[in-house]
Amino acid sequence: MRKVALLVAFLFVSAFLLLAATSMRPFGTPNDAAMDDYFISSAQGEVAVNNVVTAVVFDYRGFDTLGEATVLFTAVIAVLSLFRKLKEDEQWGDER
Amino acid sequence: MNQNGMSVIVRTVTRLIYGLAIVFGFYVIMHGHLTPGGGFQGGAIVASAFALLLVAFGAAGVKGRLNKKILQSLEEVGALAFLGLAFAGIGTAFFYNLLAGSGSFLFGASVATGPNSGIFNAGGVVPLMNWAVGLKVMTGIACIVIVMLVGARKEETE
Repeated sequence: MRKVALLVAFLFVSAFLLLAATSMRPFGTPNDAAMDDYFISSAQGEVAVNNVVTAVVFDYRGFDTLGEATVLFTAVIAVLSLFRKLKEDEQWGDER
Repeated sequence: MNQNGMSVIVRTVTRLIYGLAIVFGFYVIMHGHLTPGGGFQGGAIVASAFALLLVAFGAAGVKGRLNKKILQSLEEVGALAFLGLAFAGIGTAFFYNLLAGSGSFLFGASVATGPNSGIFNAGGVVPLMNWAVGLKVMTGIACIVIVMLVGARKEETE
């Protein structure tokens, strides 16, 4: 019973994915390419960088990278505070 | 087999590989503005070399070499350097690239448009930001790995 239900769910999801795949645009032809074309044509002139992805990540969309760096910083701080050494008479969950 | 580390095969291969992995990670960071990769990716490669060391030799084996306090401060240095470089262009806009194509001796060269192999000494603050983010990522992930491994070992022995 469980296997039949899993098979039905699998077929259902696969059918939807295949249906979506048949109606995709051909590869490399985005709907609206104005922004991409701008980055590709002017990254070398404006940022003097040959790697357009880096130009986008560190220059055009630098603020987004700052957010990413903040996420990593928060993760490090969280792990460090979770695994810190307890003081002599301290228990987990003590209010201080 | 010693207490914390893995077998002699793993330790020997680690001794051969970890230097190469660190050098490759620094290469990916340094050439982030020319080739695929950048600060995040290269930092993760260097951190994976540190993780390999920790797994192969155990927390006790690398105790004196990877100092958590130093890694932690270096992570903050990287974050502040990134933020400082972002603020450097505040005269025009936040994250304005004030060095790119300016002709200054530090990453100030301009690049010809169209397909070419690129110039290393170009890109303005982009390579500097790559270094800042790379430093931040490599030390941050190394810090996480060290702290979690040491914590897990302590739990085991208790």
